Amino acid sequence: MELELTEDQEFFADTTRKFLEDKATPTDLRQLRGDPIGYAPQYWRAGAELGWTSLLVSEEDGGGSISGRGLADLALVAHQFGRHAAPGPLLATNVVAAAVSRRGTPEQRAEVIPGLLAGETVATWCWAEPPPRDRLGEVGLSATPDGQNYVLNGRKGPVEAGAHAQHLLVVARAPEGLVQLLLPASSPGITVIPAQGLDLTRRFAEIRFDDVVVPRSALLGDPSATEADIERQLQLANVIQLAEMVGAMEKAFEITVEWAFNRYSFGRPLASYQELKHRFADMKAWLEAGHAAADAATRAVQDETDWAGEYTSAGKAYMGVYGIELVQDCVQMHGGIGVTFDHDMHLYLRRVVVDSLLFGTVSDHRQRLATMLERREAVETNESHEDKEATNA
Amino acid sequence: MPETATDLEPVEDFRLRLRSWLADNMPRARRRGAAPLRPRGQMSDEEELAEVAYHRELQRRLFEGGFAGICFPKEYGGQGLTPEHQKVFNEEIWPYDYPARLQVPPMQPCATIILDFGTEEQKRRHIPAILRGDEIWMQMLSEPSGGSDVAGAQTTAVRDGDEWVLNGSKIWTTGAWWSDWALCLARTNWDVPKHRGLTVFMVPLRHEGIEIHRIEMLNGSREFCQEFLTDVRIPDSDRIGEVDQGWTVGTRWMFYEKSFSVSFYVTRPTPPEGSGDGMSVGGDTSLITEARRRGTLNDPATRELIGEAHALSLVSSEANRRIGEAIATGKMSDQGAGLSKIIGGTLGIRVANINFQLAGPAAAAWTEDSRAAGDQGVAFLTRQASQIGGGTTEMARNVVSERLLLMPRERTLDRDIPFRDVPRGPSTG
Ligand SMILES: Cc1cc2nc3c(=O)[nH]c(=O)nc-3n(C[C@H](O)[C@H](O)[C@H](O)COP(=O)(O)OP(=O)(O)OC[C@H]3O[C@@H](n4cnc5c(N)ncnc54)[C@H](O)[C@@H]3O)c2cc1C
Repeated sequence: MELELTEDQEFFADTTRKFLEDKATPTDLRQLRGDPIGYAPQYWRAGAELGWTSLLVSEEDGGGSISGRGLADLALVAHQFGRHAAPGPLLATNVVAAAVSRRGTPEQRAEVIPGLLAGETVATWCWAEPPPRDRLGEVGLSATPDGQNYVLNGRKGPVEAGAHAQHLLVVARAPEGLVQLLLPASSPGITVIPAQGLDLTRRFAEIRFDDVVVPRSALLGDPSATEADIERQLQLANVIQLAEMVGAMEKAFEITVEWAFNRYSFGRPLASYQELKHRFADMKAWLEAGHAAADAATRAVQDETDWAGEYTSAGKAYMGVYGIELVQDCVQMHGGIGVTFDHDMHLYLRRVVVDSLLFGTVSDHRQRLATMLERREAVETNESHEDKEATNA
Repeated sequence: MPETATDLEPVEDFRLRLRSWLADNMPRARRRGAAPLRPRGQMSDEEELAEVAYHRELQRRLFEGGFAGICFPKEYGGQGLTPEHQKVFNEEIWPYDYPARLQVPPMQPCATIILDFGTEEQKRRHIPAILRGDEIWMQMLSEPSGGSDVAGAQTTAVRDGDEWVLNGSKIWTTGAWWSDWALCLARTNWDVPKHRGLTVFMVPLRHEGIEIHRIEMLNGSREFCQEFLTDVRIPDSDRIGEVDQGWTVGTRWMFYEKSFSVSFYVTRPTPPEGSGDGMSVGGDTSLITEARRRGTLNDPATRELIGEAHALSLVSSEANRRIGEAIATGKMSDQGAGLSKIIGGTLGIRVANINFQLAGPAAAAWTEDSRAAGDQGVAFLTRQASQIGGGTTEMARNVVSERLLLMPRERTLDRDIPFRDVPRGPSTG
């Protein structure tokens, strides 16, 4: 989390914190374990009232930010979500809300946004596909033109809130390239298969599309901009994940530090053993680095810099290793109790693990970084040729 | 601390003035963000001395141009500006050569210690000389008997009228053979507990009774020195701080030593924020270049390692930026500087391993064509140097856990007894 927040941001983050402390206690989370949607509808409506779904939506569409920097504000919410392993389709809803507000036709915006803002409906992004197409960015789902329609065939998943979202934003491969289509989840030909998942409250599904007919008017944005739109949505998703992961790491670390002071072994607190102290020191360093990585990514994506993708991928590549290692080490420091369902540690472990696997694994993001670096090297090589030519001239 | 008065030159005005001055006065860097052309271990003495002279010259130009010591007070030859100005300075000097050798330790911890603890006369004599590039300062802390336990120094200073007579040995003093002065921690009282019998002196390195031996590192570098002090006479006016109160100075000294990477007294060329330029810091694009040369660029395992190294370099630099800001704004205690050391010791080590791994067999045996790989091999052999110099990573872990997380301190056997009676191992030098 940023070192400097505005007063409004502090107040905003604190409101969400208090709300979650009250409404998303570890006991609540355990009770939601078998719940089909993973949260109570009135919980999500109340969260929407606090602003959870409006920060990336333009004021014209009824949204608005706290600080003028909507993504930075949303990262504060996501950070609290991580700290509480909170339920609710925060990522799914915000990514689609942002995309629709930015690219949607007046009809699309009117159709989708008000319900999301009110917390009455949920939208989700259907980009990833199940194995063997599960590398980041692979799209096999086809959109075949047929008069004024497209016909969709293929599979998507894991799709967050896939079994209860009302609106789907589907990435498909059309003859003209990738397209995004915004359609109701109730469209004929859609079959939803709820998935089992690691997170206690976050639900995923696989969605099958069998000859689903969608009018061309369901296109979100011009197909020529779709690749860039997808990149932007990925970056938003990654920023939300990073903020959430650092929140979960932070909470796990705090619980474990406290434990180390209170747990005695051989007549001394665990916190007095140098071997463990050194591991705590490493964890503290990785936590600070996690904050730095998440903040840098948030800033870069908020400001839409050319390097935003490098920051988000670096964050995901880092957090997927060190963030997870931190929480696993917190489990280790607890001994036997750390691997029980009764202890809270797994709530945070689940959250960081799930976030690390979706919207690009560690491996996907490393590969992305290599490609981005290759591009950068090409630019640098050109520049230095130009430099030379300038000197020669 | 630098002043933050409002009548200072606005940062953006300063930037423009500096930018045009740099363009007219400073040589362009040989390669953007590059390390020295040749690893120091492979420089001849002549080349090394030539580089020292060049850095002195660069420092002198900065001084004459009114850009040396941005955050040092005006009365001692500095510019009396703010950390914000230094940040701008770091960004603007990025494309140029700069006096790299005159930063750590000369500017910090040496000059900053003189600034904090020196008498008015000491400050007027040395700080402008440092800022002009005339005096290069090093630190004489570590001894053959131990470096982590700095306060266990055994080099002894005995008072003789207006003078002190120093005897003993200091070791691992980087660059002593081409430097001018050093801060030296010495024991002035053996009959009190260790922290209460220390005093700090300013020692001219070319001085009667000081013998400087060079130590060869395993990569061939002969930067390290050991100094043997035999009846070295230092005037009392070259003492810094009170007699036997050297640990007050020492504590601050240790802090400065650990926090140089976040210090605004030190110049550290940094690409402008948000330019994306900084992403090539850490030689990441050179990994691409090297992989292309080896023909491994399309190998997915190679690409994954390159991406991993890039991620960790980027996150490390953001982490250091954050830690620096947190300390500078008082949001984190000074002791947080140890976090940067740990980041170097974990993420940094991983990056070093990847660089090494990607270099391939030519890192073991190379020709002129594959010299970059050979450099990686040599660098890898000295991988741990960065985890030892300036205090070890283990000591940083002690500091972070005990001072930042407030966990119980390690038990020591040297606390409340006269230093003379403290158990010690056999002498190692
Ligand atoms: C590149 C480089 C530059 C240097 N430059 C200078 C210089 O300019 N001036 C100068 O004075 N010195 C310098 N040094 C010396 C450096 O500060 C010391 O080497 C360092 O502080 C460690 O001291 P030591 O070598 O005596 O090892 P020791 O202190 O003997 O330590 C040996 C090992 O034991 C560990 N250890 C020791 N005590 C503890 C403890 N309490 N808890 C856990 N682990 C512990 C250490 O971490 C280390 O791994 C430099 C060293 C290097 C590598």
